[in-house]
Amino acid sequence: MKEKKKKINRRKFIGYSGLITGGVLASSIAPSLGGILMASRKPKNDGPWYGIGIDIEKCIGCGNCAKTCKIENDVPKEPFFFRNWVEQYTLKKDGSMLIEAPNGGIDGFKQTEADENILKTFFVPKMCNHCAKSPCTQVCPVGATFESPEGIALIDEKYCIGCGYCIQACPYGCRYLHPDTDVADKCTLCYHRIKKGMNPACMDTCPTGARISGDLNDPESDLNKFLNTKNVQVLKPQMNTGSKLFYNALNREVK
Amino acid sequence: MPIQLRRLLLLFSVFIIIFIVIRHFLVPDSFGEFGHYRGDALDEIASQEVKFMGNQSCVACHDSIGTLLIEGYHDYLQCEVCHGPGYQHNVNPVTYHLLKPMERTDCAKCHSQNKARAEDGIIQQDIDNHHPERKCIECHNPHQP
Repeated sequence: MKEKKKKINRRKFIGYSGLITGGVLASSIAPSLGGILMASRKPKNDGPWYGIGIDIEKCIGCGNCAKTCKIENDVPKEPFFFRNWVEQYTLKKDGSMLIEAPNGGIDGFKQTEADENILKTFFVPKMCNHCAKSPCTQVCPVGATFESPEGIALIDEKYCIGCGYCIQACPYGCRYLHPDTDVADKCTLCYHRIKKGMNPACMDTCPTGARISGDLNDPESDLNKFLNTKNVQVLKPQMNTGSKLFYNALNREVK
Repeated sequence: MPIQLRRLLLLFSVFIIIFIVIRHFLVPDSFGEFGHYRGDALDEIASQEVKFMGNQSCVACHDSIGTLLIEGYHDYLQCEVCHGPGYQHNVNPVTYHLLKPMERTDCAKCHSQNKARAEDGIIQQDIDNHHPERKCIECHNPHQP
């Protein structure tokens, strides 16, 4: 018995240790391979695949988008919850940065800094990025938030339990807990309008046409023309969220 | 098979069957239709009411103002940018009226001076000093400014 045991040890020791080392190596490589696979994956469908374009050069900070959204989607007016909002960034000559969003920009902006102190200032409208690999939909424990076949991140408000994980997971701060229903709420890219062939409400009421949405799969769509003619960027590209909200003339100070 | 194991197996299978039965009743029918979510939710979200109707529904009745608008600088504007959502007015045009923004602050939301606005873009005015005693609409017709 003793001899036999010794024999097995000698033979299989190298085999086992080889297996273990190989297994550890393989499992350490596997997640990063998975990431590459996911990043290179194409949209799952042949139908529309929606994205958004925002031209910061055109935005005049009137706040119509935020106001319209609240009306269209019954977003509670007080206290201030937003599906989309506008921020004014002001880079001062002393090097400091001032970021303002009074009431999310709903009542418009009043310049608080004198012209001579300003190096650069611009408005940044923010909203859900409708990420292709959205962190918010991945953390939902019950499957209440998801990416629709059109690439729109949505919430099933009947199924949501209001745990708030998705609100923490969104790197762009685009979700909130609805005070009346106690479930998470967010931009739907006006899914009810898109399905009827209309534009999202915020894009329809933008007076300067600074916001556009469109089908990324359609090479002739306005959005693809926008992407092809402008130098666009997404927010937090290092997080690999697959954001589908593209900004023209985005300053590096915007996070 | 030992008797203890047989009893344990029986207990396990009972638990698993109970779990499957409960799961069958708790998981909605449409769950998993498109992915890890309730497929019916898509139709529920899509059934939300549209409140901003678009210019087409406005000019169906207000055609003269519509023509005035597209001849002026504000030609690219939707009526509902200033007048608010038209869904109730569309159903009850007599009893429900839309907003008529007439104050200086209403125009100032877009036209007040702000360094963040492109200089060659929208027309900007120093709201505090440009005829502060009068309303903008006394001189400028908002439909054809």
